[in-house]
Amino acid sequence: MYENIMETLVEILTDLHPDVDFETCDTLIDDKILDSFDIVSLISEINNEWDVTVPADKIDPQYFNSAAALAELIEELLDE
Amino acid sequence: MQNHVLDYLIDTVKRVPDKTAFANETEALTFKDVENQHKAIATFLAGKGIYKEPVVVFMNKHPKTIVAFFGVIAAGDFYVPIDEEMPRVRIDLILDNLKPRAIICDEKTKEIAETFHFNGEIYLYDEMIKTEIDVEKLQDIHDKAIDTDPIYVVFTSGSTGVPKGVVACHRSVLDYIEQLSEVLEFNEDTVFGNQTPLYFDACLKELYPTLKFGATTYLVPKSLFMFPIKLVEFLNEHKINTVCWVVSALTMISAFGAFDKVKPEYLHTIAFGSEVFPIKQFNLWKSVLPNAKFTNLYGPTEGTGMCCYYKVNREFALDEVIPVGRPFKNTEIILLNEKDERAAAGEPGEICIRGTSLTMGYYNNPEKTAEAFVQNPLNTAYPELIYRTGDIGKYNEYGELVFVSRKDYQIKHMGHRIELGEIEVNVNMMPQIRLSGCIYDNVKGKIVLYYVGDIESGALTKALKDKLPRYMIPNYVKKLDEMPLTPNGKINRVYLKQLYQEEKA
Repeated sequence: MYENIMETLVEILTDLHPDVDFETCDTLIDDKILDSFDIVSLISEINNEWDVTVPADKIDPQYFNSAAALAELIEELLDE
Repeated sequence: MQNHVLDYLIDTVKRVPDKTAFANETEALTFKDVENQHKAIATFLAGKGIYKEPVVVFMNKHPKTIVAFFGVIAAGDFYVPIDEEMPRVRIDLILDNLKPRAIICDEKTKEIAETFHFNGEIYLYDEMIKTEIDVEKLQDIHDKAIDTDPIYVVFTSGSTGVPKGVVACHRSVLDYIEQLSEVLEFNEDTVFGNQTPLYFDACLKELYPTLKFGATTYLVPKSLFMFPIKLVEFLNEHKINTVCWVVSALTMISAFGAFDKVKPEYLHTIAFGSEVFPIKQFNLWKSVLPNAKFTNLYGPTEGTGMCCYYKVNREFALDEVIPVGRPFKNTEIILLNEKDERAAAGEPGEICIRGTSLTMGYYNNPEKTAEAFVQNPLNTAYPELIYRTGDIGKYNEYGELVFVSRKDYQIKHMGHRIELGEIEVNVNMMPQIRLSGCIYDNVKGKIVLYYVGDIESGALTKALKDKLPRYMIPNYVKKLDEMPLTPNGKINRVYLKQLYQEEKA
């Protein structure tokens, strides 16, 4: 499950930033790689792809610093 | 009659010297700090003989950056803000256009500035403010100032790939601040939450009314605009009651459901602009803040900040667009049709601006200036300039001005004004590229780039990041085997749009 999510998520992220290695990068927010436009796009893509809404209190740096953390969040939201 | 923007500070600093003028999340400068530090900066510049010249301010977004602007003005010079977010190529183009003798830096930006190709000096803000203030000298400079002297140059996207520096003077800024303050009813109790970068004219809305009224401006950290709950908490923590933000910053809060968790407690004045506010999102804001005043602002940088406003006073259907409204007092909007005559009632025409709010033109660029700042075609009797915005507008059934479309390929993306042509020029400069065409997805707000050439899309995006500001980087990049052309041999953008829609369907 997690692997599938991760794979699709990295594809979505790579569309936004083809020059970033999302498998390994864990400073997406700290190093200002993602900006507010990316966050808006991401949340809408996540909604389209997995039909889950990321609640406002989960739109927080800790979930957006790496693809892995975000994939875990999506998995968690799918389980609910 | 007031003829100098810093005259706003004279009374204010006597009245409320210890009140916070400008602050960020960790640091605050009082009006007294602003007064002392800007005068030290001015004395320093005057001591170097820098007078009536551009002075580049290259500092991170900080209350001190604003004070540096005021210091430059008090020295009789005009400030040119540049920012770390600007790519190197762009900064080089700007420096080449200005040929400044001085750049004011902070500790962090100094190292970067040292690598610039320019012949002037780099000065540290924190060193400059140690200068002993020369009251007499500054008074002399002040007394000689006239209100048509420039106070800033800000750079905006140019379709040929070279950014254009818009020059504004005391008089147009004073006019703007007076009219804007009246419409939005700013006063001493106003607490601004600034969102827009300091390197555009958008921040005039906070900077000068803060001086005029003895109000307070908080610079909201940029990172908060990704995290809606933290953002609203910041507004509440600092009791921010007035925001003038781009639409995307407001919709980020409402669309992500932040209002379910936290509401802005003090906010009563919300001005927005630069983009269409989706009515669904607007209604969310309205329902959370039913007593707040919402005002749409419209205007190009060439008209000094904003030139039209619309106070939202009725319900809008989901497919309606909030009007541009009416011009500020002392500004006229003329709609010109293709024959350069006044457009008939209901007929679309180019929005042209007449009045004191006009800026002085583009710095060191007479050709581009002459294209956009032109003799009013309705007046053949004496010299009178108007500014042609390139926006097409018309009047609706209520007599309100509404935006219809652009004449060219300029777009508004995330609140930024962008020439699609500038993106293409920068793509085409790469040796591996044969052709490129840029379009804009209005619905999703995405810049879409198609190209033909021997480079992968990832490498292309990476290379572009060195040339263009972040907000101009295409959000979707696709390689084509062949570029669709019109019978005249131009890039067929209509076909590209169809192609894009088919791909996304």
